Amino acid sequence: MTATVKAAYDRARDEGRAALVGYLPAGFPSVDGAIDAAKAMVDAGCDVIEVGLPYSDPLMDGPTIQDAVHRALTGGARVADVFRTVEAVAATGAATLVMTYWNPVDRYGVDAFARDLASAGGAGLITPDLTPEEAGPWLAASDAHGLDRVFLVALSSTDERIDAITQVSRGFVYAASLMGVTGARSAVDTGAPRLVERTRAIIDKNGRDLPVGLGLGVSDGAQAAEVAGFADGVIVGSAFIRRLLDAPDARAGVEGVRALAAELAAGVRAGRA
Amino acid sequence: MTIHSERGSAVPADDAAAVPDAAGRFGIFGGRFAPEALMAALDELTTEFQAALRDPVFTAELNELLATYAGRPSLVTEARRFGAEAGGARVLLKREDLNHTGSHKINNVLGQALLARRMGKTRLIAETGAGQHGVATATAAALLGLRCTVFMGEVDTERQALNVARMRMLGAEVVPVKTGSRTLKDAVNEAFRDWVATVEDTHYCVGSTMGPHPFPLMVREFHRVIGVEARAQVLELTGRLPDAVLACVGGGSNSIGAFHAFIPDESVRLIGFEAAGDGVETGRHAATVTGGSVGVIHGMRTYLLQDEEGQTIESHSISAGLDYPGVGPEHSWLHDTGRAEYRPITDAQAMEAFALLCRTEGIIPAIESAHALAGALQVGRELGPDAVLLVCLSGRGDKDMHTAAAYFGLMPEDDAR
Repeated sequence: MTATVKAAYDRARDEGRAALVGYLPAGFPSVDGAIDAAKAMVDAGCDVIEVGLPYSDPLMDGPTIQDAVHRALTGGARVADVFRTVEAVAATGAATLVMTYWNPVDRYGVDAFARDLASAGGAGLITPDLTPEEAGPWLAASDAHGLDRVFLVALSSTDERIDAITQVSRGFVYAASLMGVTGARSAVDTGAPRLVERTRAIIDKNGRDLPVGLGLGVSDGAQAAEVAGFADGVIVGSAFIRRLLDAPDARAGVEGVRALAAELAAGVRAGRA
Repeated sequence: MTIHSERGSAVPADDAAAVPDAAGRFGIFGGRFAPEALMAALDELTTEFQAALRDPVFTAELNELLATYAGRPSLVTEARRFGAEAGGARVLLKREDLNHTGSHKINNVLGQALLARRMGKTRLIAETGAGQHGVATATAAALLGLRCTVFMGEVDTERQALNVARMRMLGAEVVPVKTGSRTLKDAVNEAFRDWVATVEDTHYCVGSTMGPHPFPLMVREFHRVIGVEARAQVLELTGRLPDAVLACVGGGSNSIGAFHAFIPDESVRLIGFEAAGDGVETGRHAATVTGGSVGVIHGMRTYLLQDEEGQTIESHSISAGLDYPGVGPEHSWLHDTGRAEYRPITDAQAMEAFALLCRTEGIIPAIESAHALAGALQVGRELGPDAVLLVCLSGRGDKDMHTAAAYFGLMPEDDAR
């Protein structure tokens, strides 16, 4: 039985903490290396894993993720490797999403992609360059295959847009904490709590039960604690990749990732203390 | 909603605006595949653009700049000696190369820069391939007192070094992009990355009829003047419409500008010439419509060069301005509806036409435009001496002298060989 994102968020809420969501691209530093790193992230306390689908033109990503994705593609990463990674990570019991730019899904065939993701045990998709306006085929395919669909809200989103986005989101809604691309930042944008508050108010008004995860820029335990103070989930990506990039070898990389996940897991527990 | 009414609009405003629809779709093409962070800005841009076009103060200022600064209307020159090589057809060149900054790009840039100022933006960013759009943007920024950053693939900064210097001379910051193929598509990625972080005070002055809605519509409307003028000029010169309108297609801005006023004229063939590089069959090309498939890139659904997993395939062309793996969505639509045809022109064919125009007419074209000239040689030979061909000469070739000199062996050190 596929673990659901909603169950992961519910468990965190019951424990009086925020959920911890960790991102890694498939195929980086290798297909098996990414699987090892993701398993370490789950071991050390990540509730949800986002497996990135490496794409040639990642226009929402900063230099760290660009670098990792470039290496994954140069290393020959394929969509089949993404599904294999999802299968291995989902087998740990962690809810596993795929984060992908739209063209690889469009090319694969939206329904076929949804079918194969579901059969690999994947929980759904996060779509950084797909908004509800263009999402018709994905809404249908995700319904047909019982998958979550995580859309983004941004600091610049109007209330009308947040309403439309949260109405079609399932699993959680991804609040982008700052105006910019992915990558570690030294401080959480001051607009982030307000965005989460606005998003929650609209979700409540519509009588829906949808957690709000906050990502972009979070890199350490202290920031995770700060974000956990106002969001339902804390999303971390580039900081994990940084550990892998900076490690002298694969084993040290996995241990670095494990240590960061533990620090962040402590952070999401400290945030509401 | 035509802006350039003083020379007479070719088509009723309502027909011209039949596509795109309100969501920016040309049939299945176009749309808006963009990060949520940019959606508010794209909505604002759509609203402001439409308001500006209805504002007589805005259109008067734009038309004034086009006339007194850019040098519009641009001439139509009959290329008799070149036409003799093109099956004896009458070849009429729409001289966008004579515009200020040396290409058609200034039409769009003046429109977008005025719009940016109207929206209270203080900074322009742009991507550039050959540097023509970057130079035009840097020029408009200087004229209107806006800050300017231009993203240019590192490969292109090398093959178009003179344009890098021109942009810097005009006060722009030029950022060489070192990711991916280090050409135009990567410059577009980097411009989007900048814009998502700076959208409050920055306008992304997109240089072709590409990107998320409203860019393909807006850029078309600002370039539409090319075809509107040319249609009247050809009628005046020949007493009839041309048999075909020919233009090169990279992203597709000069071609959509040249084509658009002729779309209702069913007797006029619209032919776009794509960069075939070493030949479409070699895989080293930029002929998106000819050799690509439908997908999503840079915010739009369109034909693009991609592999079976949806990864972008790097394009190749001797011409930096055509070296792009996507194409504007309206061209994809014109292709699928059959209203326009698209043909590949190799580097070698383009360079042959480049040399021929130099020696028969005393006009050095941009290598981009030389693809359309090579097309004129083909189409002229097909249609024969009774044909009238309108060719959009989109830019001048000064910037390409380094490439041409190397290609033809024209430098003093080549004399020894």
